[in-house]
Amino acid sequence: MPKIVYDGSNDPRTFKDVIGSTIISLLDNDPDVIYVDADLMSTIGTYKYHQEHPDRAINVGVSEANMMGVAGGLAAAGFKPIAHTFGPFASRRSYDQVFLSAGYAHNDITVIGTDPGVCAAFNGGTHMPFEDVALYRAIPTATIFDVTDTVMLEDILRQAVNLPGVKYIRVGRKSAAKVYDTGSRFQVGQAVKLRDGKDISIISAGIMVHEALQAAETLAKEGIEADVLDMFTIKPLDESALLESAHKTRAVLAAENHSKNGGLYAAVCETLSRELPTRANFVAVDDEYGEVGPQDYLQERYGLTADAIVARARELVNNKK
Amino acid sequence: MTADIKQLEAFATRIRIGSLEAIKARGFGHVGGSLSIADTLAVLYGAVMRIDPQNPRWPERDKLVCSKGHAGPAIYATLGLKGFFPYEEIKTLNQPGTNFPSHCDRLKTPGVDMTTGSLGQGTSLAAGMALGDRLRGRDSRMFLIVGDGELNEGQPWESFMFMSAQKLDNITVLIDWNKKQLDGYVSDINDPHDFKKKFEAFGFHTQQVNGNSVGEVYHAVMAADEVRGMPRAIVLDTIKGAGVKEVEDTFSNHSMAAAAEVFDGWINSLTNKLSPLEGEVSHA
Ligand SMILES: Cc1ncc(C[n+]2csc(CCOP(=O)(O)OP(=O)(O)O)c2C)c(N)n1
Repeated sequence: MPKIVYDGSNDPRTFKDVIGSTIISLLDNDPDVIYVDADLMSTIGTYKYHQEHPDRAINVGVSEANMMGVAGGLAAAGFKPIAHTFGPFASRRSYDQVFLSAGYAHNDITVIGTDPGVCAAFNGGTHMPFEDVALYRAIPTATIFDVTDTVMLEDILRQAVNLPGVKYIRVGRKSAAKVYDTGSRFQVGQAVKLRDGKDISIISAGIMVHEALQAAETLAKEGIEADVLDMFTIKPLDESALLESAHKTRAVLAAENHSKNGGLYAAVCETLSRELPTRANFVAVDDEYGEVGPQDYLQERYGLTADAIVARARELVNNKK
Repeated sequence: MTADIKQLEAFATRIRIGSLEAIKARGFGHVGGSLSIADTLAVLYGAVMRIDPQNPRWPERDKLVCSKGHAGPAIYATLGLKGFFPYEEIKTLNQPGTNFPSHCDRLKTPGVDMTTGSLGQGTSLAAGMALGDRLRGRDSRMFLIVGDGELNEGQPWESFMFMSAQKLDNITVLIDWNKKQLDGYVSDINDPHDFKKKFEAFGFHTQQVNGNSVGEVYHAVMAADEVRGMPRAIVLDTIKGAGVKEVEDTFSNHSMAAAAEVFDGWINSLTNKLSPLEGEVSHA
């Protein structure tokens, strides 16, 4: 079970460092693991390793569709490929190649898409995927992770390379709030209960976990007790955890650094409407394109904040009465 | 002629200064690839293109697509100097609500003809725009700037085949062959071999010049303009970070972060080059 050490403070390690060091450690310890990148090695600190081990860490250049095909081919040759690029290029730009060359042909690959959603910050709208989860959810049997902190990242990446099918990990490069104690282990497809409450379920993932926990504290002061789940595996969704929580609270709020279309909120609603019709709402990007700016500005701009969660949670709770 | 070239050199230097001033205001940004194309932008906007800064959407204008969209700062400096908007605005680069994002956005910046940033995509857009102009009977010209790393992508080559098949002789493709991409040297990562031969094989009229010499770029662009019946390519032999010694000498000069004083030092070194150039212009 993951041990929760959340106190609102920042993770001392950056995702960037841990993505790079975990890839390198996997390469060093498993000869079947192989890593391909599309000219973004320096953004996760792996370029030096590539220069020293050009047959373990392969740079295909700025050619993401080509990279996904190469990764699929390496899988067919018996390797466990990890492919990295920024989120938009790991999803939109190379989608058919991931879908067919990897997914459909059963060439199992692990894709890391960095700087999801507003984490793309200064790279702006062209680099800001609010739809990567939606795209990957449509790939049959794909496994999708929206990572919370570096402890989770390390564990999930180690597990992902050995899972079947297409695996997609979306993760920022800066540091986020620290939530889990060093050495915590995670069960793929099993949400982590971060806080117990009876009034509302807040289902969150990625950078929104921190916002959800902050919101829950504010809500508690108003007498609203929130049940907070870290739904870090978006597919397959932990339906039993969701339903158990919804059954108790009868009000569900999904918070994600993604479009409300096709991501966590959509997955939550699909399950609820089928199994346990419950009023639900979202704190997510409302059918808009991205834009440039600092991440905190963008979180305000798109309403991805603790305040937004508090406001929507209040609404949902009041609607129950 | 000499005076013209000096004037263009001064313009190129001012574009470099502007790129750095914009990036300095944020503290980091795409320095290397902005500086390498300053001379080309000076030639195009200073002596070649038919534009009207008061009417940036004028359909008959010549158009420029900077497919390596991360060179936004150089484009913004150029357009600001030409009066498309108040020059000082470029210093809002990447600030909340800005009209000057890292990557070129046609909906935000007056004078930016196409949205780019996902490498490779500007090439097909430029082909479509040039074809559209021809179909509409407009004699506008299209200038397409691509990066040498960007040409790792497949899409540009699809578009080049198309330009050639369609005999789009209103297009000039300018390849910023600055030898580097994001991670390192192009020749180490995905060696393109000989761009000139490649473009020739694709059916382009092709020249190769020193892309950091406004004189050479100017003459090549004018020569390309005479070619009919085929698209034109100019391989610009450039240096990533051209014009600022310290940036040229830095291996990782794609996106750079530096203190304001460091930017000021770079800007001063450029300003010093400016006075002799502009001095001669006024005496000419
Ligand atoms: C499709 C796509 N993949 C990756 C990136 C990230 N990226 C931005 S610039 C760059 C390197 C580009 O190299 P080059 O075209 O040579 O540009 P220059 O050296 O002239 O700046 C990369 C990989 C991107 N913007 N678009």
